Amino acid sequence: MSPEPKRVMISVRDLWKAFGNHQVLIGVDLEVEEGTTCVILGSSGSGKTVLMKHIIGLLKPDRGQVIVDGEDIVPLDEQELERVRRKFGMVFQGAALFDSMTVYENVAFALREHSNLSEEQIRAKVREKLGIVGLRDVEEKYPADLSGGMRKRVGLARAIALEPKIVLYDEPTTGLDPITTDYVDEMIVTAKKELGVTSVVISHDIASSFKVADQVAFLYEGKIVAHGPPAELRNSQHPGLKHFLAMWFAKGA
Amino acid sequence: MDVDAERAPRKNRLVGLIEGVGTPVLEAGQAVAGIFAMGVSVVRWTFRPPFRLQNVLAQFDFVGVGSILLVALTGTFSGMVFATQSWSAFELFGAESLVGPTVALTITRELAPVFSALMVTMRACSAMCTELGTMRVTEQIDALETMAVNPVQYLLVPRVLAGLAMGPMLTMIFDTAGIWGGFFVAVGLRGLSTGTFLLRTQNFLAPADIWEGLTKGAVFGFTVTLIACYRGFNASGGAKGVGRATTRAMVDAALAIFIEDYLLGLAFHG
Repeated sequence: MSPEPKRVMISVRDLWKAFGNHQVLIGVDLEVEEGTTCVILGSSGSGKTVLMKHIIGLLKPDRGQVIVDGEDIVPLDEQELERVRRKFGMVFQGAALFDSMTVYENVAFALREHSNLSEEQIRAKVREKLGIVGLRDVEEKYPADLSGGMRKRVGLARAIALEPKIVLYDEPTTGLDPITTDYVDEMIVTAKKELGVTSVVISHDIASSFKVADQVAFLYEGKIVAHGPPAELRNSQHPGLKHFLAMWFAKGA
Repeated sequence: MDVDAERAPRKNRLVGLIEGVGTPVLEAGQAVAGIFAMGVSVVRWTFRPPFRLQNVLAQFDFVGVGSILLVALTGTFSGMVFATQSWSAFELFGAESLVGPTVALTITRELAPVFSALMVTMRACSAMCTELGTMRVTEQIDALETMAVNPVQYLLVPRVLAGLAMGPMLTMIFDTAGIWGGFFVAVGLRGLSTGTFLLRTQNFLAPADIWEGLTKGAVFGFTVTLIACYRGFNASGGAKGVGRATTRAMVDAALAIFIEDYLLGLAFHG
């Protein structure tokens, strides 16, 4: 009700998760404010994906809370989770487009499943979403005919089809060339501006993270050890983060 | 020292032997439990809305209609082979008139459901398993889930229903084609009279025999599609993993058909 944009959209509290004897998350705490972009940064195997799967309810924690839009989703059953998941759109690392369907059918998929819109209205929506991600004349193409960057864009168009409050990006720039990386970064920023969505990005790409993030959370050995605006993190004294940044810039330079 | 040196490898060999036998047994047990659990889940999701008739019909088409020609051909040749072989045996004691019922009974009770299921496994289940496996490793199944669409309901229910419904249908087609194949050999090639063939067949073939085959067709169809779904759905490890899953699905499905065939045979004939 108040115009103050400080409402917390996602709140993760003391989250623990182990697979067998392997402790992946050791008391993760994280808050993401509405309308902001939070990048969860970490090296491979740091548990970023596991954390994201908890946020959308694909995994159940051993302990802790995940509060999405004011509701603790940990105790929910499958059917209740499906309701919560409609608040999310997810963009996958490899786009994960349904390859047996055209671009149009991919973007229309959630609309057909979860709304009572007429085919006419669906067509308009699909056009609109593809427009937001800057794609035209691809509706009848199959995912296999698109470039990596275009696939990511279709992935985003599909993710925002139902106008979710939150968009999750799983390693959006991994494996892309520098130009496509810029293209995808710009897409994340545009989505935030145009749709006002809360975004959570999982990444190990520092340059790209610092470009798109309002907040960066550094996940290290199962915990968030540093959390703040990009500029602040750059000067962090945490040895794990310093090492991570140093490695990156050494490689980049 | 010497004794110890000799004993150590022997013990290892024993452990190795136990492991060698135990691991596959354990894995097989896990697979059976997993397939069973998935079967329960599929049945549960079948009766929950939304019902996606379009997806179900598409699978009916793929599993059933797409297999008609293959099953009809296999059926015809099975009937012909069987008639040829039994003719040369029955000829020895002048019982050629029994070729009709022999072919009809073997086909309806055993060959039709077993061969149809094998053909479905080969043609449809392999594609099914590869498709689901690819969807798994490229995160398309995760994508469904994040879009609040249950993948068991969306992907598996139509496929398993298709197996369940098309199994008996294809068995029936096999029955018809097989008996015609037998008729062609016995009457067309060997000169048995049409009347003898039909009358004898009618005398021996009871509706119960046909029902037995159709029941088997349904059970096999359900099982082989379920196995293909299970292996594909749980595939991991990229393209290689999908290949491995498909190989396993084929082997498991073929084995399951023969094991179930025996068990159902016991159930029908004590």
